[in-house]
Amino acid sequence: MGRSLLDKVWDLHTVREMESGQTQLFVGLHLIHEVTSPQAFAMIREAGLPVAFPERTFATVDHIIPTDDQTRPLRHGQAETMMAALENNTKEYGIEFFGPDSGAQGVVHVIGPEMGLTQPGMTIACGDSHTSTHGAFGAVAFGIGTSQVRDILATQCLAMERPKTRRIEVQGELRQGVYPKDVALHIIRKLGVKHGVGYAYEYAGDVFDAMSMEGRMTVCNMSIEGGARCGYVNPDEKTFAYLKGRRFVPSGEDFEKAVAWWREIASDADAAYDDVVSIDAAEISPTVTWGINPGQAIGVGEHIPEANDFSEDEKAVVVDAYDYMHWTSGDAIHGTPIDVAFIGSCTNGRIEDLRAAAAIARTGKVAPGVKALVVPGSQEVARQAESEGLHEIFKAAGFEWRLAGCSMCLAMNPDKLQGDQVCASSSNRNFKGRQGSATGRTLLMSPAMVAAAAISGRVADVRQVLSEG
Amino acid sequence: MTETEKSGLRPVTGVTGHPVPLRGNDIDTDRIIPARFMTAITFDGMGELAFYDVRFDADGNEVEHPMNDPKHRAKGPQVAVVNKNFGCGSSREHAPQAMHRWGVHAIVGESFADIFFGNCVALGIPCLTLDAADIEKLMAAVEQEPAQSLAVDVEKNEVRHGETVYSGTMPASAREQFLSGNWDATGALLSALPEVRSTAAKLPYTRGFAG
Repeated sequence: MGRSLLDKVWDLHTVREMESGQTQLFVGLHLIHEVTSPQAFAMIREAGLPVAFPERTFATVDHIIPTDDQTRPLRHGQAETMMAALENNTKEYGIEFFGPDSGAQGVVHVIGPEMGLTQPGMTIACGDSHTSTHGAFGAVAFGIGTSQVRDILATQCLAMERPKTRRIEVQGELRQGVYPKDVALHIIRKLGVKHGVGYAYEYAGDVFDAMSMEGRMTVCNMSIEGGARCGYVNPDEKTFAYLKGRRFVPSGEDFEKAVAWWREIASDADAAYDDVVSIDAAEISPTVTWGINPGQAIGVGEHIPEANDFSEDEKAVVVDAYDYMHWTSGDAIHGTPIDVAFIGSCTNGRIEDLRAAAAIARTGKVAPGVKALVVPGSQEVARQAESEGLHEIFKAAGFEWRLAGCSMCLAMNPDKLQGDQVCASSSNRNFKGRQGSATGRTLLMSPAMVAAAAISGRVADVRQVLSEG
Repeated sequence: MTETEKSGLRPVTGVTGHPVPLRGNDIDTDRIIPARFMTAITFDGMGELAFYDVRFDADGNEVEHPMNDPKHRAKGPQVAVVNKNFGCGSSREHAPQAMHRWGVHAIVGESFADIFFGNCVALGIPCLTLDAADIEKLMAAVEQEPAQSLAVDVEKNEVRHGETVYSGTMPASAREQFLSGNWDATGALLSALPEVRSTAAKLPYTRGFAG
């Protein structure tokens, strides 16, 4: 019986089995940002511990940074304090920091891959649950808490239990107007938000074979929304082509050696999994969330489901969602008025996302009364988009073209919903209060669907725009 | 076991406290501590902000919530009773830190999200899992008899509320960490630093695939 990528990578990074029964796991790449690292630095400082492998940790600033004006000192005093703490901590411990002046700043899960820090076969950790994004390259990547950030700083290791593996095969071809985001939302809708607890997801099948690296990142990014701490796609020619020539990727002969090793760590054809799920690509529609967790999603042509369609166990959350989102069961989601449109985040703030959104934005103007933001995932994404003239398309249509950051995905910065505004959002979470207002309402969808909603002022079907365009 | 490991030992064999019922499946960490309160470089003051948006109205006045209810609120340690998939979403340790600083020293629930559970272990907060029927029974019991203390016994993997004993489960490794006092993993991880260096040296990417 063959082995999965998860098993191979896990075994290669195992330092030892600990007395607790956990694995002491070496972490090949540690990414840090300003929100979950300052307390960890305080802990090692108090304990008098050095950073064991400073060359294996990289930092950026993303959550708190404003996307309109990044002049120092930042106008929000606490944001400035957090930014300054990260600058000081990285300087003191000899860690490379990609700040706004570096030209390489951006959302941590966007810049890791674009600089080639993220590579197949690595273990990758970051104090952020969307670290699963890096699994798109065939890395084993997961989010951790601050005490574990401390553990990695001090030892470059984590005490972890090996997850079980579930292979999710999506076979066939995606229909027009269906994007990787829809694949992610469909998987979570189908399997539920808790089904992945204790599992690593291996995404496979025709759809993933054909999907771009950006698309794979979108799907892996949302693994955690289905409960899986990590999700990955086996590395292939597309992966190697994406990585070739990037800043932290070896070149020449060393690149060939790297490719040979990357091929070896992919799952064997006869690998064993704890579970296998198969999904038909043809059943996936442009998908929109209607509720308060990412599993509460429907096709754009569907209606808000009846509470009786759910198990007794789920009903309370469904009823809570009706109340919070102001729905009556049976309402159509298509045509729901929106107040804000947000394109960006570690899920959908990459160049391919902006291209897809711009293709829709060029067909019209943002509807009156709608605030529409486009926030590139990184300074590099912004440069690329500007070189293609995408920013001009967005601006001409009435979208605001912002600077790189997490922005309205979690609203730890000035970009926030007000009151019970409805936001069509390309981000990853529709939790209560997620976008900065305790009563704000989030509808998750693909970037192209957000652009379509911005223009019509209501939830729209991107397939109509595409067929008319 | 090394001297480093020995010096960090703080066994948690059990927690007895005043119960606080927090009903609902899929309670995410954004709800436990909204991100807008995380613009800080320490965890200080997070306790009073725990579950802020369901404990306070837009003007900052307390609303009806078990954590605001004097009959569920006590000075000493508290034990939270929760439902399914508690702590899903963001990996923020601010969530268990806020609950801990508010007074929660143990949690009993039907299931926990992976990252949240791990964060609780790292803070010495045992999370014990009971089956669905027992959680429902316990939740109703602590709502009806809030003054009755709740005991979480890590050693016996059980929960005691008055005369009633509920049998629970916890992953063996976490249980071992609590009982041995090694729940704070840094010491144990540090003790193997030489092996860490040799594991790193064997990985071809640590030398850029050269040689």
